Amino acid sequence: MALIKAQNITKDYQTEDVVVHALKDVDFEIEPASFVSFVGPSGSGKTTILNLLGCLDKPSAGHLAIAETDVVGLGRKESAAFRGKHLGFIFQDFNLIPVLEVYENIEYPLIMVQNVVPQERKERITRMLAAVDMTDQAHKYPHQISGGQKQRVAVARALVTNPALVLADEPTANLDSQTAYAVIGLMKKMRDDFGTTFIFSTHDTKIVGEAEVIFRLEDGRLTGKEIKGGAKP
Amino acid sequence: MMNLFKIAIRNLIRYKRRTLLTASLITIGVVFVLVFVSITVSFKAMMIGQITDSMLGHFQIHRKGYVASIDNLPLNLNMKPKAYSKIAAFLSATPAVEAFSPRLKFGGMFSNFTETTNIRLNGVYPEKEFQTVPLLTSRISEGKKSLERGEIMIPTLLAKGLKVKLGDMVVIVATNADGSVNGKQFTVSGILESATGPGGRDGYIHIEDAAEVLRMPEAEVSEVAVRLKDFSRLPAAVRQLEGNVSGEVNKEGKPIFEVHSWEQLSPFFNIARMIDVMTFFIKIMLIAIVLISIMNVMIMAVYERIREIGTIAAIGTLPGRIRSMFIIEGFCLGVVGAVIGDILGSVFILIVNLLGVRFDFAQQKGMLLTATLQPADLLTVSGIVIVVAVAASLQPAIKASKMEPIEALRHV
Repeated sequence: MALIKAQNITKDYQTEDVVVHALKDVDFEIEPASFVSFVGPSGSGKTTILNLLGCLDKPSAGHLAIAETDVVGLGRKESAAFRGKHLGFIFQDFNLIPVLEVYENIEYPLIMVQNVVPQERKERITRMLAAVDMTDQAHKYPHQISGGQKQRVAVARALVTNPALVLADEPTANLDSQTAYAVIGLMKKMRDDFGTTFIFSTHDTKIVGEAEVIFRLEDGRLTGKEIKGGAKP
Repeated sequence: MMNLFKIAIRNLIRYKRRTLLTASLITIGVVFVLVFVSITVSFKAMMIGQITDSMLGHFQIHRKGYVASIDNLPLNLNMKPKAYSKIAAFLSATPAVEAFSPRLKFGGMFSNFTETTNIRLNGVYPEKEFQTVPLLTSRISEGKKSLERGEIMIPTLLAKGLKVKLGDMVVIVATNADGSVNGKQFTVSGILESATGPGGRDGYIHIEDAAEVLRMPEAEVSEVAVRLKDFSRLPAAVRQLEGNVSGEVNKEGKPIFEVHSWEQLSPFFNIARMIDVMTFFIKIMLIAIVLISIMNVMIMAVYERIREIGTIAAIGTLPGRIRSMFIIEGFCLGVVGAVIGDILGSVFILIVNLLGVRFDFAQQKGMLLTATLQPADLLTVSGIVIVVAVAASLQPAIKASKMEPIEALRHV
């Protein structure tokens, strides 16, 4: 059973004078525990797709189901609840909460979104800190750690809620290449360890090579799908 | 909930200078209001105390129509002894009443045998009068603090004007209810400082002497001054007494008696009302200060943290929680300002009391201002600040909670 089913997805944006067609009749399916990348030039619709998959935006037409839920029909509150339960996010600029320590940043969705009990919370955070190798930085604030470390914390924050799907929009754009590979490697390891599906967008052709399923986008249309050896079609 | 507080407090600490400035503004407002309220309320309480405890009593009962003609001191509107005994029975049976004093008031001529002037006289039972208006004794500037039959206490202005001293013999001449004139000699036993308001130039004699001057076989009563055990229960006590006396009607079915609280008898009540109005407007100013400063800070906080709001919304924080986060921030700011303001205000008031500020009120010289801060005032002012702080945070908080995460994340 596919984790994501997108059928005839269209997304139009109305600007002052013209309608911009960001996505046109996009169809795809993504299996659980996949490591997927959407690639394409600037303006091709990568971010739009990630926003739709992240339930941050709604398609103008078409059907989109994630984890067997029709996310197009969800209201504002339901979307937020769905994101909190099923999705994780990794942002280009890390977007950690500056007033919270590393530990507290990872703890945030467990308290504020999922209401996890303290004992379980502690266990999950400890496991995540170890998984992203940030245990010794747990009580530092975001401004006290490097960009790569921030993104590792963001990965831990995205995964600590046990989501089915993690979305990462240009997660390596603000990192040097060595750190970028390390972060992608960490994401892949997390996929292996936790069975979470990762979908990321990137400009970086080298980073794209790390994905196991690659969707190519051009002018809002899906122009190709590449499946690497071992990955589910 | 504790985590919301933790995040709110850390965000306030994050912008130290702005938080400090806003909290300081609120603190200054709270201190100003507390000091103003404590001083004006104390001033008002002292003035009311002076008027009620040295002259008027907390409220008075008259025969219907007497107060409307009080300037003439009409003898034909006195209560007959039988009517007074009914009032006395009501008052004795009322637990809230501490004391009451019947007075026979009349106008007469005061003579030192060489000069004559007019005087308003109160015939009283001294013991009852001193219990009902306990500060009357403090107005006796010369002489003994009691009154026997054949003695008179006269106002100081009269004593000075007619050069009358303690122990001097004087004559009181008055027209009786039947139109005849009678006189009686008295010994000056006390000189009274003036009080503010009606009655400030009154003299006092024993009620039985007054009845003798007026040729009444038994003393009639012009008014009954009443003192309550608890002044704050005045409105309830007046209502209760009004209810009790309303059943007493004349042959035409109209009420015989009427009850007047001190507010209806003294012009100082209008000044007291003005003090209340000023206090109200000072509180409005405080509300404006808190409202504007907190709203300004919270609008800035939301504007500066749009991406953060987008992030927490994207990861699934419900709009209600985002709203709570900002409201709690405003609440914390209000609490900090209110608590520091309460502490500093209390210290300031303590210093004012230690310095011993004195002032004059009409003929009363060098009255010591004792500014008192009631816990209710602290709670009220703090409550206003906190409620207004929360109210001021509402609009920015709602704005934050309604932000679309996708747009907030795009914000630069």
